[in-house]
Amino acid sequence: MELVVFYLFAALAVVTALVVVFVQRAVYGALSLIVCFAAIAGLFVQMEAKFLGAIQIIVYAGAIMVLFLFVIMLLDPQKEIFVGRKPALLIYASPLVIFFGYVLLRALLDAPQPAQGSLAERGAIREVAHALFQDYLLPFELTGILILVAVLGAMVLTKRRPAETE
Amino acid sequence: MDANYIAILPELILCGLGILVMVLIPSAGREGQARLGYLSLAGIVAALVASALLWGNQGTALFGMVFQDAFGNFSRILLLFASGSIALIALPYLRREGILMGEFFCLLLFATAGMTFMATSADLVMTFLGLETLSIATYVLAGFRSKDLRSVESAWKYFILGAFSTAFMLYGIAFIYGTAGSTKYQAIAEAVSRDGGLPITFAVGVGLLVVGFGFKVAMAPFHVWAPDVYQGAPLPVTSHLAVGSKAAAFVALLRIFQQVFPGLEGDWNFVFWTGAVLTMAIGNIAALAQSNIKRMLAYSSVAHAGYLLVGMAAGNPLGAQGILFYLAAYAFMTIGALAVVQVLSRPGEAGIDLDDYKGIGFRFPFLSVSLSVFLISLAGIPATAGFMGKFFIFSAAVQERLYWLVVIAVLTSAIGLYYYLRVIVLMFMHEAESEPPAPTLQPSLRAVIGLLILGTLVFGLYPAPLLELANQAVQF
Repeated sequence: MELVVFYLFAALAVVTALVVVFVQRAVYGALSLIVCFAAIAGLFVQMEAKFLGAIQIIVYAGAIMVLFLFVIMLLDPQKEIFVGRKPALLIYASPLVIFFGYVLLRALLDAPQPAQGSLAERGAIREVAHALFQDYLLPFELTGILILVAVLGAMVLTKRRPAETE
Repeated sequence: MDANYIAILPELILCGLGILVMVLIPSAGREGQARLGYLSLAGIVAALVASALLWGNQGTALFGMVFQDAFGNFSRILLLFASGSIALIALPYLRREGILMGEFFCLLLFATAGMTFMATSADLVMTFLGLETLSIATYVLAGFRSKDLRSVESAWKYFILGAFSTAFMLYGIAFIYGTAGSTKYQAIAEAVSRDGGLPITFAVGVGLLVVGFGFKVAMAPFHVWAPDVYQGAPLPVTSHLAVGSKAAAFVALLRIFQQVFPGLEGDWNFVFWTGAVLTMAIGNIAALAQSNIKRMLAYSSVAHAGYLLVGMAAGNPLGAQGILFYLAAYAFMTIGALAVVQVLSRPGEAGIDLDDYKGIGFRFPFLSVSLSVFLISLAGIPATAGFMGKFFIFSAAVQERLYWLVVIAVLTSAIGLYYYLRVIVLMFMHEAESEPPAPTLQPSLRAVIGLLILGTLVFGLYPAPLLELANQAVQF
């Protein structure tokens, strides 16, 4: 039963990821990416990393994808921009795909089998909080600064200049 | 290991003041924006003093996230010096262009904090976050003259390619984490020395990391963004891109390859060797064909990344010491040259073609002579800091028996002589075609340019003190 659920989610994740790459319309790609993230969340939950699964849904499938859709809506990319370049892109991309596919496969085969339930321990809220507010306290704070800079930057680029208001 | 906040005092000053300036912007009014600039400058100076006071510390702090060593503090002082000069140079520029807004200094403060975090980082996560803070602030700074299409183009190109290179770097960090089991530098170093021959995934991770940094330092073949971005960005931001941003990336690269992966050296020298040759050749040859001095200096900056990569290819402590010395010399001469170009240009960044420099030599002696000093130093002529820097880096390469690399480096520097000296010839030995109005030189700018000349000449004639500090810095 577990195996069936795993393959279901895994197949869903792979298929929707491929759809993201090959679909013509950006909106369909974004919607497909939501399903992909949800499937990965399912895999997390199956590995008993329930907190990570919930975060995956809330942050990625939820907040970030809403932003993606907003950007797509605002930019309104026309279909023809994406058509016609595909064959050339495929030719350039395929050696890279083969290379990284090989490397990842090797990594997967070489990796030691993780102990059962280890993710359940490391994925618990207590452990995540411990890592976030102790070991990774400084990166956590710096991320705050990073987001502040991004907000400030967005404001600067859209603000009217003093010289213009005269 | 505990939360020792003193270790990140310079960054706390920079970030705290950045937030303060941001809050003060609306209430400062039109005239108060300049005062915010001076406040930011005071903060940068305070951070510089704090870094100098932290010089003797050892070990790591904040749960192993930052080093507190001489290398970090040397780099901090260097980066803060660059940012401080740029803040002072930017003030008259922003006023002239009608974009004197406190946000500029705010972004510069945050970018500087990102750079100094890169210099002290002891964890790939910190390095990445520092780099991103720097990059995002710099994308916006590059597009700060938002009415000028070239500036907008510069910001866009930098943003798209920068985001692309970020993806490479993150993917590389993921591979390294997957193989070494940690993102901490010390843990990675232990994994490298323990396992000896690491799997291919580790090599791929390091390779992707080099590609990511290659973008940031404009290493060929990842330099294609540099000329357009440097040319379009506002002049003080060009200085920041060419000096601060590049120095921060080199410092992080040095830390990773000299301190963390000393066991890896042999395998990676070839990558830097190839990168150095391509970068020096492309930068110097392309600079020959430029008719705009800003674009010429952009290609010259690419070429200088190549000389610094020669030090990386040498991969020995002398090379690291040479790189630190050269970064300081490079900061003096590049910020100085771009500051003079700024003073000589007219509003809207007009008048920066090489033809505009004809015959100005005897009309504006101070500016022409200072520009000549900076260009002579960039060309690497003896008695200047630029020559000393090149000398130390090339001797490090000779020590490692990289004779061909040194031959190529010397030959490409000789090409560089032509386009640097051409500007001096244009200034002093040609007749002026038109009579542009005399540029206004603010006392603050005169002081900065004077200080940079002093640095260029003093460390060119008497490099020992700076070299000794760099030597202390590379004793990891």
